[in-house]
Amino acid sequence: MRLPPGVRGILVAFGAIGIGLLVLGFGLAASGYDALAALSALFRGGFGSGDAIFSGLLPRAVPLILIGLGIGLAFRAGALNIGAEGQFYAGAIVATWVGLTLGTWPQLLAIPAVLVTGIVAGMLWVLVPVVLRLRFGVLEVITTLLLNFVAEALVSWMVQGPLQESSGVYPQSDPLPLATRLPQLSGTRLHAGIILVLLFAGALWVFLRFTLAGFRLRATGAGLRAAAVVGRVRTDRVFGGALLVSAGCAGLAGAMEVSGTTFSLFQNLSPGYGFTAIAVALLARLDPVATVGTGLLIAGLQAGSSAMQREAGVPAVAVRVVEATVIIVVLLADLARRRSARDGGA
Amino acid sequence: MNDVLTLSGITRRFGSVAALDGVDFTLRRGEIHALLGENGAGKSTLMRIAVGLVMPDAGTVFIHGTAVSRHSPALARRLGLGMVHQHFTSIPELSVAENVALAAGWRFRPREVEPRVEQLGDELGLPVPPRARVADLSAGLRQRLEVVKALAAGADILLLDEPSSVLSPLEAERFLAQLIAFRDRGISSVLITHKLREATSVADRVTVLRRGRVVYGGTRGDTSTDGLATHMLGAAPPPRPVRQAPVPGADRLVMEAVSLARLGETGTGLDQATVRVRAGEVVGVAAVEGNGQRELLRLAAGLAQADRGSIRRTEPVSFIPEDRTTEGCIGEFSLTEHLVLVAGEAAPWITAPWVRWTKAESRATRLMAEYQVQAPSAGAAMRELSGGNQQRVIIAAAMERHPALLVAENPTRGLDLRATAEILARLRDAARREAAVLVHLPDLDELIELADRIVVLAGGRLIEAPAGTSRAMIGRMMLGENA
Repeated sequence: MRLPPGVRGILVAFGAIGIGLLVLGFGLAASGYDALAALSALFRGGFGSGDAIFSGLLPRAVPLILIGLGIGLAFRAGALNIGAEGQFYAGAIVATWVGLTLGTWPQLLAIPAVLVTGIVAGMLWVLVPVVLRLRFGVLEVITTLLLNFVAEALVSWMVQGPLQESSGVYPQSDPLPLATRLPQLSGTRLHAGIILVLLFAGALWVFLRFTLAGFRLRATGAGLRAAAVVGRVRTDRVFGGALLVSAGCAGLAGAMEVSGTTFSLFQNLSPGYGFTAIAVALLARLDPVATVGTGLLIAGLQAGSSAMQREAGVPAVAVRVVEATVIIVVLLADLARRRSARDGGA
Repeated sequence: MNDVLTLSGITRRFGSVAALDGVDFTLRRGEIHALLGENGAGKSTLMRIAVGLVMPDAGTVFIHGTAVSRHSPALARRLGLGMVHQHFTSIPELSVAENVALAAGWRFRPREVEPRVEQLGDELGLPVPPRARVADLSAGLRQRLEVVKALAAGADILLLDEPSSVLSPLEAERFLAQLIAFRDRGISSVLITHKLREATSVADRVTVLRRGRVVYGGTRGDTSTDGLATHMLGAAPPPRPVRQAPVPGADRLVMEAVSLARLGETGTGLDQATVRVRAGEVVGVAAVEGNGQRELLRLAAGLAQADRGSIRRTEPVSFIPEDRTTEGCIGEFSLTEHLVLVAGEAAPWITAPWVRWTKAESRATRLMAEYQVQAPSAGAAMRELSGGNQQRVIIAAAMERHPALLVAENPTRGLDLRATAEILARLRDAARREAAVLVHLPDLDELIELADRIVVLAGGRLIEAPAGTSRAMIGRMMLGENA
């Protein structure tokens, strides 16, 4: 049976989530937890109330979607950026530092300044992998991944050294001045960055689908040699550009996190956003609009996981079982689709 | 029993298409039997059934007179069948000896296997370097390795699927001579080919398949090449491209004393080549594999930078690469997407920065009809198309750039007679439409038929063949004589 790709994608996504929840449920039951109570706590904590949605789900969804959009773009161009976690921290560090020095600026200038420096910091963090790849053919998968550890060490040093709060008690930065904070929806933790993220998702969708540059980016990812030889695409530029934009997204997400959600820098600022966002992008099959949907879903699971821990005593990391199962199911479904396309075409 | 391989009443369907329909075929001891047919006639499928790679829906395989039930490649190997596939089946990262051991089912102990492989190669008259990495071998050596692999387990029946498609004319001739040597030692061969000259030059018997049925069987000399072509195509052979005396126009490509180190892992590179191609003419590049044609054509197309010398060319340039699947097109892209990719910014469906897809799609649909591309629709993926149809799309898209210069690198590789004639006619047509055409074809006859002028590359050096140079003379120039 042939389904339109969009319908098929949605079915696969929901099927994958369903199987993931089933696996988690059986795992919990087998380990002696009350699976039903745990799963219902998970659901209520993630999606069950206005508060859960506006202060739990959506604030987590913003970085997941934004980073996922960037990763999806890079993957579409064939560039495997596994370093979003590091680029997120690079953005967060620089945004914190700039934010702390710009306290006297008017809000209309200070906020854009903080966000832009976050983007630039993320891009700079990926510059070495880009150059190594284009000049020497060193695989970006390795270099971007390794730079994550460097970034994590750098944050750790920053919050105990140059950026530590003036009282010097905790390993965290001073709170950002009000002028550099993104406005929040009153009574919630949801900040205005979400508007930017949604606009960006739409713009990316249009870019990939309807512009020549977006088409050439897809061609670069789908067939690098052919794109260069018969398409005369400057694939080096496209590849490097996609990596830079993707790192810029992660850097912006880091800047938004300190400027819109936490208002200060500390270690473990990111609960693995940069890695989870890979799952978000893959689950959306690299489609920007679908990435918004999968980002909301995974964010809901993550928000619910703390409720699950609180109410059913299940460790929050158990929700990773769902995420991992989802990735495996989606990849298998993709494999099956390719197989059937090949056999049908033969 | 004198028949070593008998295929009786073989029928095989793929979906609703009958690839083979009640085919009978026999191979006698000590003969070379050519199996002729166009692409898609069922030749490869028939041989894949013989070695147990494909199961027939009906019919029986007899090997050495015994009906085979529960056929499998392992059983075929035990019964003495070896097959050389159309594409290389060696593992590039492994050594020659490792590949042979893998194919023959030997345990790999370097100290035993390496001398054994060396000895086997020498015995067969196909010496191979046992310790070399397969990735470092030339196409000719790789092909030799494929044959050694097929015979390593002691096969006395050899099935060869288009063995010359990856070889230069000279290598192909040597290879065919080797088949005759095998025959004299009692090895029987089936030679699958769509090249008539190969069939008539070495085969003892010829069987022609068309659309899954045997349409002709005879011994060598029973029928002319034209007669065989009629059997293959089912009608008069397609006309060769019509020649018109060219009136060359302005210079479109001028290369002066251009040198370039080799681009791939093998070959000679290019050494101070000087060539000029003018609007309205077809210049043919005659060369044995690896003598600088790859470098020459890629420099001409602007895809490589010269080490020395000067190149002037008129844009836009279209380039048709030899390797359709990795460079010629993107398998998952549709016909429309391929057209948009190749045609670039100047196409009528581009309104910067937008692509107007409906406009591109309707143009692609029209081109499909114009170039007689058989595909479900312009939305079909390139990888679903046969080689001939892919190449039709690739040429159509290349022409859509309205090239001042069209550079084609072995554009008929792996195509059957009909598609080859059509593609050559398209190149001629491009010249008639005032493009300058620079083309390399490994088949010298095709090249002489097509080109207005021939330049010969030998050892990276380029010489122009004066008008009226004979085929034999060009052949000698390709070997570096009379340089």
